[in-house]
Amino acid sequence: MSKSSVSLETPAELKREPLVANNHSIKWVTENVCSIVQSPTPKWWLLAMCITSPIALIGLICIVYQISNGVGVWGENHPNGWAWDITNFVFWIGIGHAGTLISAVLFLTRQKWRTSINRAAEAMTLFAVVCAGIFPAIHVGRVWYAWFLAPIPNTNAIWPNFRSPLLWDVFAVSTYFTVSLLFWFVGLIPDLATLRDRSKSRIAQILYGIGALGWRGSNKQWRHYEMAYLLLAGLSTPLVLSVHSIVSFDFATSIMPGWHTTIFPPYFVAGAIFGGFAMVLTIMLPAAQIFPQLADMITRQHVDKMAKILLLTGSIVGYAYLMELFVAWYGVNKFEGFTFFIARANVDGKGWYQWSYWIMMFCNVISPQIFWFKKMRANYIAVFIVCQFVNVGMWFERFTIIVTSLAQDFLPSSWGHYAPSTTEILTFVGTFGIFFSLFLLFMRFLPMVAISEVKGVTPEADPHHNHPKH
Amino acid sequence: MSHPHKVYGLGAEFDSAGALLAAAEKIRDQGFSRWDVHTPFPIHGMDKAMGLGKSWLSAGVFVGGFLGLITGICLVAIPSFVLYPMIVHGKPYDWRTFPAFFPIIFELAVLFAALTAVFGMFALNQLPRFHHPVFNWDRFKRFSDDGFLLVIEARDDKFSESRTKALLEQIGGRNVTLIQD
Repeated sequence: MSKSSVSLETPAELKREPLVANNHSIKWVTENVCSIVQSPTPKWWLLAMCITSPIALIGLICIVYQISNGVGVWGENHPNGWAWDITNFVFWIGIGHAGTLISAVLFLTRQKWRTSINRAAEAMTLFAVVCAGIFPAIHVGRVWYAWFLAPIPNTNAIWPNFRSPLLWDVFAVSTYFTVSLLFWFVGLIPDLATLRDRSKSRIAQILYGIGALGWRGSNKQWRHYEMAYLLLAGLSTPLVLSVHSIVSFDFATSIMPGWHTTIFPPYFVAGAIFGGFAMVLTIMLPAAQIFPQLADMITRQHVDKMAKILLLTGSIVGYAYLMELFVAWYGVNKFEGFTFFIARANVDGKGWYQWSYWIMMFCNVISPQIFWFKKMRANYIAVFIVCQFVNVGMWFERFTIIVTSLAQDFLPSSWGHYAPSTTEILTFVGTFGIFFSLFLLFMRFLPMVAISEVKGVTPEADPHHNHPKH
Repeated sequence: MSHPHKVYGLGAEFDSAGALLAAAEKIRDQGFSRWDVHTPFPIHGMDKAMGLGKSWLSAGVFVGGFLGLITGICLVAIPSFVLYPMIVHGKPYDWRTFPAFFPIIFELAVLFAALTAVFGMFALNQLPRFHHPVFNWDRFKRFSDDGFLLVIEARDDKFSESRTKALLEQIGGRNVTLIQD
């Protein structure tokens, strides 16, 4: 009886915020997510498609123009053999990494809040990798020789150089795309079954039915399914870290000042996650406004946590920038010192691209610091604005790394300015059209929120949950 | 088609994840072997309640990853050391350069393991399978929404149309229905 005075209830301030607000039922989850796909096409969607698809078309036209005329239609020339193409490649592939981080790393670390955003983030990963893949493919110039990158002997019986980071990149990016696609599809199977079972039209039933593969949600299936999902998460985690490490090897294994540093792999991975989360928020904040039915699933705590991740990764990136400066100052390599202090930071006025360096510094290091304040993390407009700074800043980071090192390298006699051509600019703009068009199609035809996973985190899903009195 | 009225089994609906879990434990204790539950999401503790062990998909994935590793080693080593040793930038090209092959070997190991995880799961779950007798049950569609269903197959040795139906109703099953094959 003495024990009865001790309360076993969790104190209110220590209780976890529910992942799905307002104590909804699992039927509510089905209804709300499916209503996005199964209601008539909204006008804003058509309008958005009318904007993004012509932009995508412009991009495709530029790609055709570039392929038919050669790389000369771009502004790249000696000594700037890489410029916007590789900047855009690294920019897009980095964006993809947040999706894998959310789907795999947060799954392994049991961060259950990921369930309502992982599907959209994984879709974003795929579309970003599609955009990324365009640039290395077309920058080779004669794309019909791109198959020389395949691990087969070419017409002269010469094998590719397996010690080359560019070939590592081919394997890393193609593996990454394949595994991300499989992971996304495996996650979709139970939700496609939900859509199959709810669709009224025969065509929708057949199409969703094919996607669902005849899923029956039986526990004997769930058992293997959950194991497959866990294993894919476990495999994707080292994979995502390896992909951007290998992308950074493209630079780090060269002898260019500003590239040849051991800090590159962790610095690139942190930057990729940073830029990716900014893009996740760029998409999810408007989506949560457009679809009020998602408001109880994508809540303030999601935005708050993502803003904290932006703060953390932005600060890691800031540390890397400062460490690069420190090593350039502390080390004996004069060229390294020149690249960082003159070509980039422009302490004596001889640098050409200092604006790019300082945009990068401001956007990536300074702007996310406002997330130390809870009020700022709760303010959607502030979060959205900072995310746009980060999107810009992360593009300029890659531009800074690539162009400042190449334009002003060892001998002043071999220096050369770089400016993009119209085709180059429009190709990059076009990839945004491709990215957003694909995302709009995804929103319209596939469940944007992982239905079965969100159901699994509702209070009703707990077998020991007491039924609320009806 | 020759047996249009053949019975596949008996299906029952339960009110909640908890009720289904309790029912599954009872069915397990009754000694049934050919039965399954159909739920909108995996229920924590159901494997134990059904008497199922761990999924051994992980072992298959280990083998797949290992094959990927071996494939990766062969793919990089045979051309680079045997078929076409390549000297680039005057750098060494013997076995000491092996660390330069790690990225490709690693990626192939991950790729093979992931493909094994997905296609192994399909194989173990017998997917794709677009026709299944349980789809003949008109209330089966509820599994992908908010239904907690339990189906006992007629092939089970302990199955009897009347007694099993009574048992399902006794343990809290609603809408107990005979499912045609």
